[in-house]
Formats: sequence, structure tokens, C-alpha cells
Amino acid sequence: MNARILALHGGLLALLLALHFLLPVYHHGNLARIMVLACYAIGYNLLFGYTGLLSLGHAMFFAAGMYGMGMPLYHLGLGAELAFLAGIAAAGGLALVVGLLALRTVGVAFMIVTLMFSQAFYLAILLAVRWTRGDEGLVLAGADRVLFGLDLTDPDIRYLLALGLFALCLSAALWLVRRPFGRVLVAIRENPERAELLGYDIFRHKLAAVVLSGLFSGAAGAAYGLMFGYVGASFAEVHFSIFPLLWVLLGGAGTVIGPFFGVLFMFYLIDISSGLTPAYMLVAGVALVLLTLFAPQGLVGEVRRRWLRWLP
Amino acid sequence: MEFGPYLMLAALEGAVTAAVLALMAAGLSLVFGVMRVVNVAHGEFYMLGAVLAFVVAGMAGGGALGFVAALVAVPLIVGALAVAADVTVLKRVGYDPERTIVATIGILYILQQVTLMGYGPDARPVAAPFNQRIALPWVEWGAGGPSLYWPWGLSITSYKLFVIGAAVVVLAGLWVLMTRTRIGLVMRATQLDRETAQAFGIPVERVYALVFGLGAGLAALAGVLIVPIQQAHYLMGGDALLLSFIVVIIGGLGSLPGTLIAALLIGLSDGILSVFFSPTLAKIVATLLVALVLVFRPQGLMGKAPR
Amino acid sequence: MSDPTKPGATPADPARRAALKTLAGAGAAAAALPLWARYTHAQSAAPIRVGFQMHATGIGAAYGRWYDRTTRAAARVINAAGGINGRPLEIVTEDDGTDPRRGAEVVEKFANQHRVDVAFGTLFSHVVIGSAPRAGELKLPYFVVSEGHHVASGMLNRWTLQPGITDVKSQVLAVAPFVAETLGRKVTMIFPDYAFGHDHRDFFSEAIAAQGGEVIAKLAIPPTETSFTRYFPRIPRETEVIYHVMVGPAVLTFVKEMGEFFGPSRPAIFGFIDSLEAVDLRSPGLDFLEGTYFWEGMPRYVQPDQTEFDRHFRAEVGIDENGASASDPRDVSTYAHMFGCWETLYIIKRGMEAAGYAGPQDRQKLVEAVEAMTDMPESNEHPQGAKLFNGRTHQVFGQQHVSRLENGRLDVVRTVPLEETFYPDEVDYTTRPF
Repeated sequence: MNARILALHGGLLALLLALHFLLPVYHHGNLARIMVLACYAIGYNLLFGYTGLLSLGHAMFFAAGMYGMGMPLYHLGLGAELAFLAGIAAAGGLALVVGLLALRTVGVAFMIVTLMFSQAFYLAILLAVRWTRGDEGLVLAGADRVLFGLDLTDPDIRYLLALGLFALCLSAALWLVRRPFGRVLVAIRENPERAELLGYDIFRHKLAAVVLSGLFSGAAGAAYGLMFGYVGASFAEVHFSIFPLLWVLLGGAGTVIGPFFGVLFMFYLIDISSGLTPAYMLVAGVALVLLTLFAPQGLVGEVRRRWLRWLP
Repeated sequence: MEFGPYLMLAALEGAVTAAVLALMAAGLSLVFGVMRVVNVAHGEFYMLGAVLAFVVAGMAGGGALGFVAALVAVPLIVGALAVAADVTVLKRVGYDPERTIVATIGILYILQQVTLMGYGPDARPVAAPFNQRIALPWVEWGAGGPSLYWPWGLSITSYKLFVIGAAVVVLAGLWVLMTRTRIGLVMRATQLDRETAQAFGIPVERVYALVFGLGAGLAALAGVLIVPIQQAHYLMGGDALLLSFIVVIIGGLGSLPGTLIAALLIGLSDGILSVFFSPTLAKIVATLLVALVLVFRPQGLMGKAPR
Repeated sequence: MSDPTKPGATPADPARRAALKTLAGAGAAAAALPLWARYTHAQSAAPIRVGFQMHATGIGAAYGRWYDRTTRAAARVINAAGGINGRPLEIVTEDDGTDPRRGAEVVEKFANQHRVDVAFGTLFSHVVIGSAPRAGELKLPYFVVSEGHHVASGMLNRWTLQPGITDVKSQVLAVAPFVAETLGRKVTMIFPDYAFGHDHRDFFSEAIAAQGGEVIAKLAIPPTETSFTRYFPRIPRETEVIYHVMVGPAVLTFVKEMGEFFGPSRPAIFGFIDSLEAVDLRSPGLDFLEGTYFWEGMPRYVQPDQTEFDRHFRAEVGIDENGASASDPRDVSTYAHMFGCWETLYIIKRGMEAAGYAGPQDRQKLVEAVEAMTDMPESNEHPQGAKLFNGRTHQVFGQQHVSRLENGRLDVVRTVPLEETFYPDEVDYTTRPF
């Protein structure tokens, strides 16, 4: 692998590790959240940024991971380790089924189909109130949130685990997109007909992308629920499907580190502007409009366009 | 309630939903069809229509006069606002599909926050110009042949009937505009092939601005019509956007008749499914039905097969 | 529309955190110090900071605005009377968007960024439930004003308390005898299809059965629903009483469509005022509610036997005799709930004084002091009425009202004393670790 690519991504991870010792407690906590959400965004980016499939229903994968982890933990007393795996498996299974159906469509129809499946999933969470406790959600007891002897209620452990998960997702994504598999995905994004003519099985590649994306999202959801002790239906709402799209577009679609910066930017945009003015949504709205006008490829995308053409 | 009257009531309610939905979706379909962009802020134009209806009706002294004033003025105001948004933002991102999504999400935030600050978080009503409850009869086959009776609860209001009628008239007008006028011809030409249209001297950018304004005006009109039934609230645009988005895709891109059929289908199925299932389950079934229709007919009901 | 230039009628403004440093001298001296210095060397005049988790946006915004106004009024009155332990009270407001996810982040921000002494003021159940675990981990006393049963049910933690407003279960127990005796025994319930509605469904079904009544149909309405008529045919013909409770922006549509459905032949109707909180009862389409009954936590309209405490409360918050803003009669308050913010702030004050609270190191003492409370007599501090706090369940009990709608206003027809609203404890938080 290219040395500067390795240096850049390794450098980001090293910086995040250094920040663990430097950041004040509030921002330390925020960054732990941001890293987990960035895994979700990375998963979304695999499908949207690299494969060119715009899903409006990714919240269902995040929530499947979350509930797939939370329900066995809460009701069956499954250990956190197994519950975490169960969450990822649930998200992957759901992604496989949704992918098989939704990939019969392309473009806007794909957007709507994923949106509808996600809405149905959200409503199903509300319907299955006996197991999910509906909109209230499940509160996971601190005693249950112990992963391999590590107490997840401890902010330091939480940060380092979030960093670990993020490092895993980031390197997996980097590895994937630089392999032939990733290049086929880009070929499908750029020109599906040509990719097909070249003999690639488009459907299987797309399906693999959906499942991988679902696995990343599910891992993020399971980790989020486990780390912060709450499994709730609002994570399955449509807003939570729009967010990764926004993060990825802001950070730079089709870049490996873009999603992280998208999440970081959006999180602090809301956090800081809500401290300055009650009309923080106005600030956020204006910022989004300005960004599309002046950084059309997202933050990292813009950097790549202007300076670092080699960014993966 | 017995099955027959229940079904009739659900169908009537579904028709009202369908009427409002059809207006809104027609606007979205126009924008989508001609400009090939997804306007995420479309629901907010609907919300603005409802909120401004409250404001304008209040300024005009309320009552029937206030409502009529709102019906005339509000779509124009919102349309003008949308034209301004098109010229200042969308034109400058070059109608790129992805950037338009982000930009219109930004516009959505701005419109919601401004409404929250100026109008507040309450849901506020506008009085309907007329609102008589009309009890409806049902036929029963008794021992002495068919006889009419008035089942408990089977009714509709005159205003709801008016909404259905108004939607039919407006949509017919839109149909005439699109098929029988020069402006409609220009719009359809732009929809078919932007470059060729431009080559033939059609001012594409002005057409786009006009279409965006017209689409927003239709959404605002839907908002004005709904506000005596449901109240104006700053978050009302979200669900409306989703539903009309679905209608447009199910109907087939840029097909006005398809949009109308889909609106009827969605409105009625939403009502009628609630006869058979518990409310939340009915919503799930309706949602999955939409998904499956697209899975097995990806181009929508009236759309052409993919290129 | 509200006029932003009039006091008490401004739109939601969650960041007016500086406005409450009314004791200018003390406030200015404290503000001159860097943040950490104010708290590590807690000076006697440094303000006590209360984090107010406000539903400024999202579906709870109509409530949030009034919770905000009540909170600011209470803080002003408390500060004018010398603050808490001689220190001024400062309200730090953050918007949670009525979203449990953001709610948890806001609690973190309170504890770690704003360094507040306690967090307070959350209403919507799911936000409480999403936020409470973080408050517990951060060991931040979390005073909710939610009327949900989640506190007393034992699902939360030692740091979460609800001392300023009664919970659904006791409210339902209070009104069930009235429904059965006065209105009828065959009840159809209409409620939102989520936890708050399910609490109503479960507790009321139980309570009415104990009165010899029966719930013959249960209509759970999906959240975010905006049109309701098609659900009403499920109401059985033999229904004697409709029991309705609805929340969110579509409440007025719900009630209006219910009237249009029944027309002239409606059964008796009993509702929770939540269905019409912040809504003008003279809105078009509500005429049919004449003669129906509502639960009220605190009577919206001034009653003939109005207490001086209610008068004081209305005057300070800026509420007229019809429960609307004194500066805009069309701006109706959430009167049946918002007193909870006022009373909770006074309990925080009382608790801090009892615990000799000096700074965050005394947070545990504060929780223990509140747990030790029992009687709260009717007073300016408790304008809704006398209360009894149960330290084991972290839940307060108080009187409830049933009101009848007549000539477009609500008049209390029965007041249920707090002794009739008790139920057996379901949890003992005092045995849980901190």
C-alpha cells in the first residue's frame, strides 16, 4: 500500500489516540460518539460513495444492530460479547434480505424502497412493544455492559473501544476500496452497463456492497447501544437515515476519511451553534447551503480535488 | 360499525387524503420530472402554505373572506419564495442531483427554524369557510327489500367534499396548462431533453425557475386546503414530503396521470387497510405494499421501462 | 402569532442562560472567573447552575416553551428572595429536540461542559428514558417533570427523581372512580400507540375493573398520525364512555374529527387535558366537547375557590385567568403540567438547603436530602396543592382534578385528594448504590 495513504490514515488514528490524553472531558465524550457514528457513515459511504446507490433507509441497519444487540442482552441475559455479535448478524441478515429485494430497482426507486423498508422496520419496533418497549426503548444496566471484562460505563474505556472500532472500520474500508472488489464497485457507480459488459456480475457486487454496508452500520448501532446504555426507536426514524447521507456528502462521498470529518463537522456545527443562538437550525441550514455552493464535493472531497489527488 | 359503512367511511377519508396528496405530489412530480432534482424542501413549502394561511386569514379578518384571501395569496407568496431559492441556490449548484439534496436540506432547516421563531411551536387552526356535518345513508336489505338507514358515525363534512372538488379542478387546470398551452409545451420539451430545448432557444433557466415556483405553489395550495382540517404546525412538512415522494415514484417519474392514480391508491389503501388491521399494523402493511410495488415494477405504475 | 417584543410571549429561546444572573454583583464577580475556578473554589456567591433540558424543537416544543417560561419565572422569584443558600440560581438551557439521542448528549454537556449542579425539566418519556442512564453514570442529579410512570416503575436509577409532578398511574387511579360512577362502565380507550399511551391503557383498564367497569375496546393510534376519522368506527356501539388521551401537534385534529364522527349522538367523553394542552378550547370544531370531562393536574381556568398561591403563580409566570398568556389571550399555556417545573425548582432549593449543598461534591447528599422529604404543604412553593413525596420510589403524589367543559371553559367538578392516588411501591431506589 502506498506510504502516504498509510501515513495519512495511520496519522489520523494516532491523532485520535493522542487526543484521548489531551481532550477535556466533554469533548472526549463527544469524540467517542463521533467515532462510533463515523463507522456508520463509513458503512453508508461504501454503498453511496463507492457503489453509487443512494439508500434512504440505513437507519434500519443501524437499529437492527442496536436492537439485535440490545434485546438478547436485555431479555435473555446474553453476555455483551455475544450480544454484540448478534447485533452485527441481525444487521447483516436484514441487509441481505433488503438487498435481494431492493436491488431489483435502481435510482430513485431504490431510494424509496429502502425508505419504505426502513419505515416498516421502525413501525415494527413500535408494534413489538412487548420486546422493544416501543418508543421508550430499553435501558441497558451498567452491570450488563461489560465487554471482555472492560467496563463500558468508564469513559476512558469507552473512548478507546470506540477508537478501536473506528480503526477497524477505517482500515477495513481502506482495504476494501483498494482491492479489485472496490474498483469494481466504482466501475458500477461510474457506468453500470460498461461494468456489466466487462463481465462483472453487477448484482452480486451490489448485493455484497449492501451487506457490507449493513454490517458496518449494524456494528456501529450495536456499539452505540452498548456504550451509551440506551436502545431506542428514534435511531430507526427517517432522520437517522438522512444523517449518514448528509455526513457523507459533507465529508466527501467516495473518500475513506471523509465520513469521519462529515460527522465531526455536523456534530460540532449543531453543538456550537446551539450554544451561540437558539436558532441553531438556521445556522446549520445556512452552513449546508454555503457548503454546497463552495465545497460541492464535501470537505475531504474538496481537499482531494484541489491538493491531494491521490486520496483514496 | 358494520363492515359496509366502515369501508365507505374509510374510502371517503382516503379520498380526502388522496386529494391533498395529489396536489402536493403533482408539484413535486413537476419539479422532479422537468428539473431531475429531488426537492427535499417540498414538504416545507406545504408547511409554509398552511402557516401563511393562518397568518393571511388572520390579517384578512378571518372567516370565509380570510380563507379566500389565503387561498389566493399564499400560493403566490410561496411560489415567489421558491423562485428566489431557485435563482440564489439551485441554479448556482447547477442542479446537480446530490448537491441539490444537501442544499434543499439546508433550505428545509432554514424554513423550519424561521417558522418556529416567527410562528411558534403550536398547532393553530384556521376556521373552514363552511363545515357542515353531512350524515350519509347506507342501504340495508331487510325483510321488506332494500331500505336506507343512517349508520352511527357515517358522515363527512362539506369542507372535506370541497377539498376533493378543489383538488380535481386544480389538477384539471394543471393538465390543461401542461398539454394545451405554450408554457406547458416548453416545460415538456425541457423535460424531454434539456440540451435540445436549449438549442431551440428555450430559456431553460427561466423554465426551471418557473417550474420550481409552480411546484412550490401547488404544495402551498395543498397546505392552505388542509389547514381547516389539520392545523398548521412547523413540523407538518416531513410526513407530507415522504408521502408525496412515494406517490411520485409509484406513479412513475414525471407522469401526471400516474401521480394521480398513485395518490388515489395510497390515500385509499391507507384508509381501507385500517379497516382490516390494527392501526400500526395497517401502516406497516401499507408501507411494505409500496415497497413491493416498486420491487416488482421499478419504473412505477405509469412510468416507461428504464432506459 | 406571538409578538416577540412582549415579555412572556417570546418564542422559544433556549439560550437565554445569561438572563437569569439577576443578582448582578454576585453574578458579575463569578462570571469574571474562568469556569474551572468558579467550581473548584466554590465561592459563596457563585451561582448554582441548573441545567434545563428543554424541548425547544421537535414534537414537544409547545410544552417546552411553557416549561421554559415557568422555569425562568420560578428562578427569578427564587433569586429575588435571596437564591439558594445565599447563591443565585442560574438556568442553563439546552435544546434536546424532543429526541432521546440528543437528550443523552445534552445531559453529558450539562455535566461535563456547563458543569451544572443538577439537570432538570425533561417532559417526554422517551427523552427521559434515553437520558437517565447517562445522568446516572455521570452521577448528576436528574429532576424530571414528565408525569411518566418510568421513575416509579423502577426502570431508572438512584439519580433520577420526579418530585414536582405526579405520574400517570396515580392520575388514572384518581379518575377511574369518577368515570365509573358518573359517566358509565363500558369504556372505549383511545390513546397513542407508544409507552405513554400504553401506561394509560394498562393502568386504567386495571383501575376501571376495580370499579366494576370494563374497557370494551382499545384504539391505539400510531404516532405521527395526522388524520383519525378512519379509526373511530372501531368504537363499539354500546360504548358508554370514550376515554381519550393524545399528545403531539395533531391533538386538535384528533378531537375535532372525533366530534365530526359522532355528530349529535355522542357517548359520554372523558379526556386527559393532554389532548388539548396549549390549545384554545374555543377553537373551531370543539363545540361538541361541551359537557364532557377532563382530567387536569392544575385547573387551567381560575376557580371560585382560587388559592392565593395559584394567584401568585399566575402573576409571576404571566398567565391570565383563562390559562393563557397575560400578553396574548390566544397563546394558551400547558397549565396542567407546567407547575411541575416551578415546584421542582423549589424542591431543588429545599434539598440543597437541607443538604448544605456547596458544590458538585455534595450531589449525593442532595439526592439523599430529597429522598428524605415527605410532606410538601400547599404554598407559594407548591401552588398546585399539597404533595407527599415517596423517597423510595422517587415519585411525588398530589391531588387530581376532574373538570367539566361548559361555555368554553373548564370548571372543576371533583377534586381527588392525594390519599386516593396511592398505589403499592414497585421499587426502592434507596437500596440502590449511587
